[in-house]
Amino acid sequence: MKAKIYVTLKQSVLDPQGKTVQRALEQMNYKNVDSVRIGRFLEVELNCDDEAKAAAQIEEMSKKLFVNPNIEQFRYELEK
Amino acid sequence: MVESLPKDPLITPELIADHGITPDEYERLKGILKREPTYTELGIFSVMWSEHCSYKNSRKQLKNFPTEGLQVLIKAGEENAGVIDVGDGWAVAFKVESHNHPSAVEPFQGAATGVGGILRDIFTMGARPVINMNSLRFGRPNSGQVQQLVDGVVGGIAHYGNCMGIPTIGGDVYYDETYETNCLVNAFSLGIMKIDEIQRGEATGVGNPVFYVGAATGKDGIHGATFASTELTEESEAKRSSVQVGDPFMEKLLLEACLELFQTDHIVGIQDMGAAGLTCSTCETASRGGSGVEIDVALVPQREANMTPYEILLSESQERMLVIVKKGREEAVHKIFEKWDLHVVEIGHVTDDGLMRVKYNGKVVAEIPAREIADDAPLYDPSASKPKYLKAVSAWQLSELPQPGSDMTNILMKLLSEPTIGSKKDIYRRYDHMVRTGTVVLPGSDAAVFWMREADKYLSLAADCNGRYCYLDPVMGSRIAVAESARNIVCSGGRPLALTDCLNFGNPTKPEIFWQFKACVQGLKEGCEAFNTPVTGGNVSFYNENPEGAIDPTPLVVMVGQIDKKEHITTQWFKKEGDAVCLLDGLQDDSLAGIGGSEYLRRIHDLKTGNPPCMDLKKEKALQDALLKAITSGLIRSAHDVSEGGLAVCAAECCFTAPMEVESEAVKLGAKLDFTSVGSRTPRPDALLFGEQQSRVIVSLAPENVTALEEIAKEFGVKCDLLGTVTGEELEITLNQGTLIKAKVDDLKKAWRDAYKNAAGLSE
Amino acid sequence: MKIGIVVFPGSNCDYDCLTSFSRLAKENGLTAEVGYVWHKESNPGTFDAYVLPGGFSYGDYLRCGAIARFSPIMEEVTAHAKKGRPVIGICNGFQILCESGLLPGALYMNRDLNFICEHVYLRTERNDTIFTSLCKSKEVLNIPIAHGEGNYYADDETLKKLEDEDLVAFRYCTGDGLVTPEVNPNGSRNNIAGIFNKERTILGMMPHPERAAEPGLGSSDGQKIIVSLLKNIAK
Repeated sequence: MKAKIYVTLKQSVLDPQGKTVQRALEQMNYKNVDSVRIGRFLEVELNCDDEAKAAAQIEEMSKKLFVNPNIEQFRYELEK
Repeated sequence: MVESLPKDPLITPELIADHGITPDEYERLKGILKREPTYTELGIFSVMWSEHCSYKNSRKQLKNFPTEGLQVLIKAGEENAGVIDVGDGWAVAFKVESHNHPSAVEPFQGAATGVGGILRDIFTMGARPVINMNSLRFGRPNSGQVQQLVDGVVGGIAHYGNCMGIPTIGGDVYYDETYETNCLVNAFSLGIMKIDEIQRGEATGVGNPVFYVGAATGKDGIHGATFASTELTEESEAKRSSVQVGDPFMEKLLLEACLELFQTDHIVGIQDMGAAGLTCSTCETASRGGSGVEIDVALVPQREANMTPYEILLSESQERMLVIVKKGREEAVHKIFEKWDLHVVEIGHVTDDGLMRVKYNGKVVAEIPAREIADDAPLYDPSASKPKYLKAVSAWQLSELPQPGSDMTNILMKLLSEPTIGSKKDIYRRYDHMVRTGTVVLPGSDAAVFWMREADKYLSLAADCNGRYCYLDPVMGSRIAVAESARNIVCSGGRPLALTDCLNFGNPTKPEIFWQFKACVQGLKEGCEAFNTPVTGGNVSFYNENPEGAIDPTPLVVMVGQIDKKEHITTQWFKKEGDAVCLLDGLQDDSLAGIGGSEYLRRIHDLKTGNPPCMDLKKEKALQDALLKAITSGLIRSAHDVSEGGLAVCAAECCFTAPMEVESEAVKLGAKLDFTSVGSRTPRPDALLFGEQQSRVIVSLAPENVTALEEIAKEFGVKCDLLGTVTGEELEITLNQGTLIKAKVDDLKKAWRDAYKNAAGLSE
Repeated sequence: MKIGIVVFPGSNCDYDCLTSFSRLAKENGLTAEVGYVWHKESNPGTFDAYVLPGGFSYGDYLRCGAIARFSPIMEEVTAHAKKGRPVIGICNGFQILCESGLLPGALYMNRDLNFICEHVYLRTERNDTIFTSLCKSKEVLNIPIAHGEGNYYADDETLKKLEDEDLVAFRYCTGDGLVTPEVNPNGSRNNIAGIFNKERTILGMMPHPERAAEPGLGSSDGQKIIVSLLKNIAK
C-alpha cells in the first residue's frame, strides 16, 4: 500500500517561503496569484493490506514524526 | 468616546485573570483610565504590564546596577539597546535577550525569532549588526528529547543569523540536569555606527506621520509576552498558537531599508515591534517623546482576514518597525521601502494630548495615557528568604571527599569528555562565523575577537555564567560571572568596557527564588564596580521553572571589550615548541581549593555542593592588570584562564585548541609541566588538578621573557609559577617528582572533540 | 576597469567582495572601479566582469538561486557572459549560475543536512585560466566554505563531459592535494568545489576566496583567484 502525505503550514502560521515566491511571481507579471503556500510531500510504501490499519499507522507516524504539530497540519491519500 | 466592538467579550473577573492581571492591578488600571476598560484596552494593559515588558518584579533591584561611565553614550533602559563609545567617532550598540520559553515549545522557530528580535533592537538604534553570539543551556544530552532540542535551537540560530549575513562568533553552552525541561536560549547582538547616526525611539513633532513598515501582521504570538511570564506547564501545550515564525529574508530587507533610511534625515524616531508588538512600540515612542500617538489599526497590513483590533495590537508577528516620519517626507520614505519590496503604510500621526489613541475604521477602540501605561506599571518588591539548602552547602568540607587514587589521567579524560567542557565545534560550524571578514579569532578561544573593518577597531567579547556556582552562592557566582568574562577579554589582549546581562531565574513570587535574584544582582553590581564596566542593558527572564523546581539561577553576562592594537590579540593555545609555560595566580583564599561546585565534584563524585570558588574582586583585578600589562608589553604568546575542569583541563586545552587550521592538519603541541610549586599551596592532588580556583591564567612565552613576566607579576602582587615547557606530543604533569598525568595530546584531543557525540551516544 | 558586484535581495557577501576586490586591485597597482549593481537594474552599463556574491538571495526559498535567476540583472549578466566576458559566482552566486543554466549541474543539500562553515583545502585543477593563472600547477589552496546546500550534482553524462573537457576548477582535497572521500565536506560528486563553462570565462565555486584574502583571516590563498582575474582583465 502506498500513502501520499501532504504536510502544510497551518493557516494562521506565516509561510515566508510561500510569501516570497508569491512576490516573485507578481514581479514576473503573474498578477493574479492570490496566495502561495509551500509544504512537504511524502510518499510512504507500507507493507500492509488492511486499509484501516494502514490509515491508522500513517496517522500515527505523521503525528509523531512527519508533522510539527505546533505549526503544521497534514492530510493523506492511500493507494493500493 | 471609546467604544467596545459588538463581538468583544464581556469583561469578567475570569477574563481579567486570564490576562494575568490581578484584582489590585485592575483597580490601578481603572485609576489610570478613570473608567472601565474595553476588551482591546484590557489586552493592551495585559501585555504592557506583563513581567516581560514591565519588569514589575525586578525593576527595583535593577536600579542597583552601575549604568554610568565615560564610555556610555546611551544608558540602560533609555532605548532599545545601550550604546558605548569606541573612539574616533564610532560607537557600538549591543544587548542580550532571552527567548527561553518560545524555544522550549518550538526550538527552531523560538531560537530563530530570538535572534531576529535582538537584531531589530540593535538596528533600530541606527547600527549595522556585525556580531552575533549566544549562550545556551540544555539538559544532559543522553536523552533524545534534549538532542532534538539542541538540534532545533542551533538550527534556528543558524537559519536566522546565516541568512542575515551576520557572523555568529562565540558564546557558551552548558549541559546540566537543572536545564532538563527549561532550556535557556540567550541571544546577543552587537552593531556598529558613527556616533552621529544614533537613532531614537521617540515620537515628537505634532502632526508627524506614523509609518508601519515591514512584514504584514498575522495572529502570531498573541499573548507571547504574557506567555513568557508564566511557568511552563501542560497547559502551555494548548497555547501553542503563541509560536511566531521568523523570516530572516524579510528582516534582511528591513535591515537594509532601515540603514538606507538612516542615511537621510527623513525621520524623527524608529522603534521595532518586538514583544507586545504594535502596542508597545506605540506607547513607548509616545512616552519617550512626551507626546501622544493616534493610529488606525484597520490600516495595518494584515496576513489574515477579519483580524480584530485586539489581535492586531497584540500580535507578535516578526520583522516589523514603527517609524515616525517628518511631515513632508512621506514620499521619500515610501520610495526607500518600496525599493526593498516592503510594506510601508501611514497608520497615524503624532499628537500633543499624551494619549495612545487606537482607532478601528475611524471608531476609537482604545484611549490610554501613553506615559502612564509605559512607565507606571505596578512595581513589586517580592518577599525574599534565604533558601534552606544553603546551610548544608556551606557546611560541606573537603575532608568528606575520599582521597583520590592514582587514575588522574583517566579523570582528566572523563572531564574532557564532558560536553560542557568539550569542543563546541559541532555547534559553531553550523553558524556562518566568517561573513563580513572580521573574525580574526575563530570560535574556540577564551574570547571572540572581531575586527570592525569600517572603523579599523578590534572588539573582544565573552559570555559567561556558571549556574551551579550561582545556585551554591549567588553573590559569589555572579561576581565570578563578571570576573570571568572580564578575564577572558584580558586573555585576548583587551580592556573590558561594558556588559549586558540576561538574568534567568525561576518564579520570583517564591521567596527563595527572589532571594537568589537579589543576591545575584548584588554580586553582578560588585563585579561591575570592580572592573568599571557598567551594565548597558539586558533582559530578565523569570518563571524558568517546572513542577519539579526552578533552574539554577543563571545571570548570564556578555562583556564587550576593546583591543587597542592588532599586535595585542592573544589566543589560548600554545604556539611554539620550547616556550616556557607559567601560571599567573591572583591567590584567592579558597578553603575548598576550588573543589566546591566544580565539574569534578559534579561529574566524578556526583555531588552538587560546597561553597563555589572564592572571588575576591581586588585580587582578580590585580591578576587582570598584570596579565594585560604583560600582553601589551609583548611578552605573551598564549593566555588561557582556568575555569571548568581546573588547571589540568586548562593545560590540556592549551595543547590542542588551535582552530585556524583545517581540522585534519591542526597543530598539536604537548607540554611537560611540574606543578610542585602550585601544589605546595593546594591541599590535595585532585584539588590541584581539577579545582576551579579563580583568578588564574596559564600563559606561554619565550623563555627569555620569563624574568620580565615575574617582575610584572610582582608589581601587581600576583604569583607567577614557572610550570614547564611546551614540548613533544604528550601532556605530562608531575608533582614532587611523581607523575600525575601522562597522555598523548592526540588522545586528549579526541576525547575533547567527540565529547558531545559520546555523551549523546551518537558516535559511530 | 569596472567590476560589478550584483546585489540581490538577500545577498550578504556583497560587502566582503567589494572590500576584497577593491583592496586587492589597489595593492596590485590596478585601477579598478568596483561597485554594487542592484538586481532590478536592466541597463547598468558595461562591466569588465560581474561578481555574483554569496548570501541567501530571496532567502534561499523554493531552491537556492531559483528566484534570483529571474531578476532583471540576470538578462544583462547572461548577455555579458555570452560575449565571453568574465563572470564569477561564489557560493549563492554559483547556485544562481547553475539555476540560470550558465553552468551545468545543480547544488543541493549537504550530505549531513547541516550548514557547514570551516576552512577546507582545494586542489586547483588547472592554472591556465583567467581565474587561476597565479596558482602553481595543482596548487592546494586553504579557503573556507560556508553553505548548507553546496553538494554538487550532475548526471553521469554531464559529469563525464566536465571531466573530459577539463572543466573542473577546484576539488576538495587533503593538505597534500589528495582527493579522497574523507575530505569531501558536503557529498559533492567527484569532490567538485568549483567548475568552469566551456570557454572558461565563467567560474562558479562554493568556497569563498574573499574570506581568505588577507593574512589576518587565517589564510590569504583566496587572493590568488581574485588577483588572477583582476590582472587578466587588465591585460
